[in-house]
Amino acid sequence: MTERMPAASERVVANLRRAAKRVFNAEAGTAYLFILPSLIGFSVFYGYPAVRAVVISFTEWSLLRAPRPIGLDNYERLLGDPLFWNAMKVTGLYVLYNIPIQTILGLFMAVAMHRLTQSLAVRGVLVLPYLVSNVVVGLAFLWVLDPLLGTVNMMLGWFGIARQPFLGSPEQALASIAGINIWRHMGFTALLFYAGLQAIPKELYEAGTIDGAGEWRLFRNISLPLLRPVMVFVLVTSVIGSFQIFDTIAVTTQGGPVNATRAIVWYIYENAFQFFRMGYASALSVVLFLILITVTILQMRFLQGSRSELE
Amino acid sequence: MRRFLARLPLGKLFGWLVLLALVATTVLPFYVMLKTAVSGPGTLFQQARSLMPLEATTVHFERVLGLLSPEEARAAGGTGAVVDFPRALRNTIAFTVVVVLGQVFFSAMAAYAFARLRFVGRELLFYGYLSALMIPNIVLFIPNFILIRDLGWLNTFQGMIAPFVLMTPFAVFFLRQFFLGIPAALEEAAKLDGASPFGTFWRIILPISRTPLVTLGILTSIQAWNEFFWPFIVAREADVRVLTVALQSFQTSSAYGMPDWAGLMAATFLSVVPIFVLLIVLGRQVIASLQFSGLK
Repeated sequence: MTERMPAASERVVANLRRAAKRVFNAEAGTAYLFILPSLIGFSVFYGYPAVRAVVISFTEWSLLRAPRPIGLDNYERLLGDPLFWNAMKVTGLYVLYNIPIQTILGLFMAVAMHRLTQSLAVRGVLVLPYLVSNVVVGLAFLWVLDPLLGTVNMMLGWFGIARQPFLGSPEQALASIAGINIWRHMGFTALLFYAGLQAIPKELYEAGTIDGAGEWRLFRNISLPLLRPVMVFVLVTSVIGSFQIFDTIAVTTQGGPVNATRAIVWYIYENAFQFFRMGYASALSVVLFLILITVTILQMRFLQGSRSELE
Repeated sequence: MRRFLARLPLGKLFGWLVLLALVATTVLPFYVMLKTAVSGPGTLFQQARSLMPLEATTVHFERVLGLLSPEEARAAGGTGAVVDFPRALRNTIAFTVVVVLGQVFFSAMAAYAFARLRFVGRELLFYGYLSALMIPNIVLFIPNFILIRDLGWLNTFQGMIAPFVLMTPFAVFFLRQFFLGIPAALEEAAKLDGASPFGTFWRIILPISRTPLVTLGILTSIQAWNEFFWPFIVAREADVRVLTVALQSFQTSSAYGMPDWAGLMAATFLSVVPIFVLLIVLGRQVIASLQFSGLK
């Protein structure tokens, strides 16, 4: 036994040394130095808070006293919270208003540009709203859609249509916000589709035209199937973005009138930063994360599932 | 005549009409913003019946830029509760410059290591970075707010830039994809010449990566210039506010009376001017960058 001890420990030391060499050779050392700044940023502001959010969600914490562990109470409470269900309904409706119209308009714009004009200026103008902050867009529309003095009401007047309250009424506020965001994003969506269309070989369209296909059939049989990867990207990212609508609400309606625009992220914001219910807000945000993951997986499944059309 | 009509490409005409209508819809709110900003004080009600500016003036721009005395400003329709536009502008510029330089540089270093250097834990770490792309902002903002508060960094510049200045998962991912495509022979030549790893990175990799670095720089600048949610949470006091936060508070603070629309629109329009300039000067690159952001 005593004779084998040094041998064993030597082997351990040798192993350690080899492992250390693998981890701390010159190249790896350089690599760790290169990664260090980003690793600090990642650990402190992404990795650690992601875990901490879940931990906080199991506590009651107003920031005034130490957090009090309460197990799953926040999640239980959430299920019985009418404002949570209202937020889910508002958010779901918003996504339903927003996504189809935005995608169809963007697709139409892209096809029109692709077939009619390659002009950089047209693309520049159409994408302008996307380059401007949500705050600017929200303020501009608050004025343009003003119930009394807004330009849109003036224009409706030209056609003899009565003034509309838009953001000021519980019935129209959510649709107005969806409209604002459709306006902001349709040009960017068009740009993505346009880039996708440009990647399609021109010969396909020429062959189609020779076969006597009209614009609609060219679109239906060539453009649309070949745009599938871009379509997946556009739908997945815009749905994820839509679910997190916040800035426009912060500038225009702040959740009102009544609860008409209290979407989920605004509701989480209120809980965390106005009522300082950090635990409950974290539980809500974890639930939002789970919903987004589910929706994304479902979308991927669904969009891949009808792939056979391509061939 | 009938022949001419038959030959007229109706589909094309229709396409053009709808495209022009969409362009007009896109431009309208910007136009109204400008119209209101250049119309004379006290014309708001008449403006509601006209698409043209009334009694054109630059007084609202001067007011917003702080070129008028408080009395003059009030006479021109200011409510007195004016946003400190010049200061907010300086804050936004500082925020954008520091975030863009830091984020692009540190992300490039990390991306280079992920693309080119061998080390234990590389794949694991990279997938860790990638998975962070899936997490909604609000999930991270609550613990991050608490951290910034515990550090005593609420309402400070460092608190505002902290989550953005060292990396974003997107920036690292974006540059790594590009660095993977650079021929290794280039670096080997530098290595034979005795260049240090950092020397190779600085003198070989960065210069030949100008295009993706500019692309990322453009995307990051636009994002930083427009950032609202995080500064809105951690930096709301007047002296550190960025433009977006200042404009939002300007609007909500006048909730009980008639908002100072002319001043608000002048300030809003001014805050967009840099974006116009960027688009006019670097239009091609901006459009290419945006198109690229969708084709990863």
